[in-house]
Amino acid sequence: MTAHGSEDLLPIPRRVSRKPTGGDAVFVHGFRMVGASVLVITGGIAVFLALQSVPTLRHYGVGFFDVHQGWNFDTDRVSVASLLAGTVEVALIAITLAFPLALATALYISEYAPPRLQATLISAIDLMAAVPSIVYGLWGRDLIQPHAGTVAMFVDRHVGPLAVSGAPRTALLLVLVGGVLVGVVLRGVVGLRSHGARLPLYAAAVAAVVLLPVCLTVDADPNAANLAPQASSFQKSAFIAGIAVSMMVLPMACAIMRQVFSQTPPGEKEAALALGSTKWGMIRAVVLPFGKGGIIGGTMLALGRALGETIAVLLIINQVFIIKPNVLETGTATVSSTIAAQFGEATGIQLKALLTAGFVLFVITLVVNTLAAIVVSRSRSGDATS
Amino acid sequence: MTLALDRRSAPTAEAPTTHVPDRDLHAAAPVPRTSLGVLPLEYRFLSWGARFAALGLAWVIVERLLPIQGLGWLVVVAALCNLMLLAVGTLVIDSPIAMADRVAQWLFSTGAMVVFLALGSTLTFVFKRGWPALHHWNFFTQTMHTTLPDAPYNQGGVLNSVVGTLIELGIAVAITLPLGVGTAVYLNEVGGRFARMIRTVVEAMTALPSIVAGLFIYSFWILALHQPRSGLAGALAIGVMMLPIVARASDVVLRVVPGNLREASLALGASRWRTIWHVVLPTARPGLATALILAVARGVGETSPVLIASGYATFLVTNPTHGVMSSLPLSVYNSVIAPEPQAVVRGYATAAVLLILVLTLFVIARLLARPPSAKPSLRRRIRRSLTPTRPLTVEPGETS
Repeated sequence: MTAHGSEDLLPIPRRVSRKPTGGDAVFVHGFRMVGASVLVITGGIAVFLALQSVPTLRHYGVGFFDVHQGWNFDTDRVSVASLLAGTVEVALIAITLAFPLALATALYISEYAPPRLQATLISAIDLMAAVPSIVYGLWGRDLIQPHAGTVAMFVDRHVGPLAVSGAPRTALLLVLVGGVLVGVVLRGVVGLRSHGARLPLYAAAVAAVVLLPVCLTVDADPNAANLAPQASSFQKSAFIAGIAVSMMVLPMACAIMRQVFSQTPPGEKEAALALGSTKWGMIRAVVLPFGKGGIIGGTMLALGRALGETIAVLLIINQVFIIKPNVLETGTATVSSTIAAQFGEATGIQLKALLTAGFVLFVITLVVNTLAAIVVSRSRSGDATS
Repeated sequence: MTLALDRRSAPTAEAPTTHVPDRDLHAAAPVPRTSLGVLPLEYRFLSWGARFAALGLAWVIVERLLPIQGLGWLVVVAALCNLMLLAVGTLVIDSPIAMADRVAQWLFSTGAMVVFLALGSTLTFVFKRGWPALHHWNFFTQTMHTTLPDAPYNQGGVLNSVVGTLIELGIAVAITLPLGVGTAVYLNEVGGRFARMIRTVVEAMTALPSIVAGLFIYSFWILALHQPRSGLAGALAIGVMMLPIVARASDVVLRVVPGNLREASLALGASRWRTIWHVVLPTARPGLATALILAVARGVGETSPVLIASGYATFLVTNPTHGVMSSLPLSVYNSVIAPEPQAVVRGYATAAVLLILVLTLFVIARLLARPPSAKPSLRRRIRRSLTPTRPLTVEPGETS
């Protein structure tokens, strides 16, 4: 600007460099060291676990994933399949219980609760997330288990036999389940809104109404009194462990859902209300579609947490190393509870087997979490929930 | 305008069009709702009526019709009856759309109520069961070293576990705070390909189950490096578990620091390091504190890493490198699986102590995360009340 006239005095432009100098160089390199050390620590665990699986698989071979084998160090016949089955059962029960409750609570807090109460309720949910898992384990073992055991026995007696005995009842049950499934698929996935698409749902409702008195009053098996299962055979089951774990993962899912719901554009909500929608119509048309990513992502993150839960499960279950299709019956085993119960006596290859089981659990959790992250980041509510 | 409209509407001439509804001029004028905040009278009657009728109906069903008994069944059946009566009643006096609205509201409120009842029952249950041991002062000042498990509650306590937990947490925080926050600063302020790789790995490692973190320390630190089971090993296990959580949470907090604050600082000639130290970190301080405290609350309650790495001792240990060290969650676990009822009660009391610790951390986190209030602090108000007041009528321009 100043050297307009004389070309000779034109200052040489400063070399623009993004390379840090002086104190900044120290800063950048210092923090790069910190980052690298964290990378080494965290990545090192994954590499260490992966390396431990090599001798395990060499020793046990493909039998390590054999579904017909239990987990028995004494006979040296070890298969992670029964542990994984138990883990998935407990986690799925927990999510099945936690998902509707978390969704209802999140919607209640963000849409229905009086504004004065809102902050308190949000704090309560955060507090619920901070309560140690062993407390939920105690709650599940000593407060819930007696009642939940009764319910499990009732369900096992009155609903379970429906599927195996009594053709009319099996047919009714099939109509009920099939009707709901077809109806939901037709309405939700295909997007049919016509009257015909509702017929399966009507059929399911009729089946449910007919089924209710049948299953409550008529006893299937005349020998049921002799075969009556004891109440104790419905304690310490995957179902009760799932209840305790659901309390643990519920606040996590709820917090993520609520956060997404609270970011719904108020303009769209008001538009729906102004067009004459009821509150539920507004939620269905605006809030739920907007928060779909958060709902799915939050639930999957909670599932990832439920898979790794240890101490509450260990407190409640009766360790049995077979794959049990009936989750209401006593006895199951999860990967983490097995590690906690057996690491002390394990030596050599057994410890490596436990580490490998932990690595398999870690990989499954990682896959679930990654899927959740992808779902959340692709949704409209976007990155806000990270 | 008209042309465009015509062109657009021409191909869809057969499509359903909007009709202005015909108003019946002779019909009685609709009564406007006088108060929009309150439900109309018939709705209020319906919701209370449905509640009372549901109770009665549930009693009849549970006690007289079905072979099920008990208060629990009564509550469940009453809730279902309430829902059904509410739905049918709304359908009678209003449309199916209103019915769906009422049913949805009922479902969400009930779901939330169940969740908060469960939380309340958890907290009260633990405090109630632990109260016999908790209200003796010696519970906080003694250890169980010389006390039998079935001794009366005025002997023995959990001082060793409280001290052990605090020492282990202190070490874990001393490791994870600089590393976690430093990593977050590196990810946000330096960036680059290496930073993206670190972020990916750190996010992946948040999936590490806590028991696997404990098992890693056990097989690496204790078995491979031949270190004893100690408080330090427990702290390392907690730290390994907390590190990805702290790093990720701090990363999220630093990401929302407004970019124009950074730019303003850099434009004023500050170096990058000074910008971070004087602008970015102070701005993010409440968020960072909250992230750290919530991670600590998570770490303090984790039983599985300390179960594996630290072990359990009934006596007071203050040296973290020297032998097994007790901690609160493990002490709870060991007590509640014991056969003696006194031990179980002590376990509940220990769980209550753990809950109090977590609650304290939680309240501190809330207070730190609160936006700075416009009200002057208590100290300033006291000081102001002590100093002689100046006349308030001075114009702002005149004072300087």
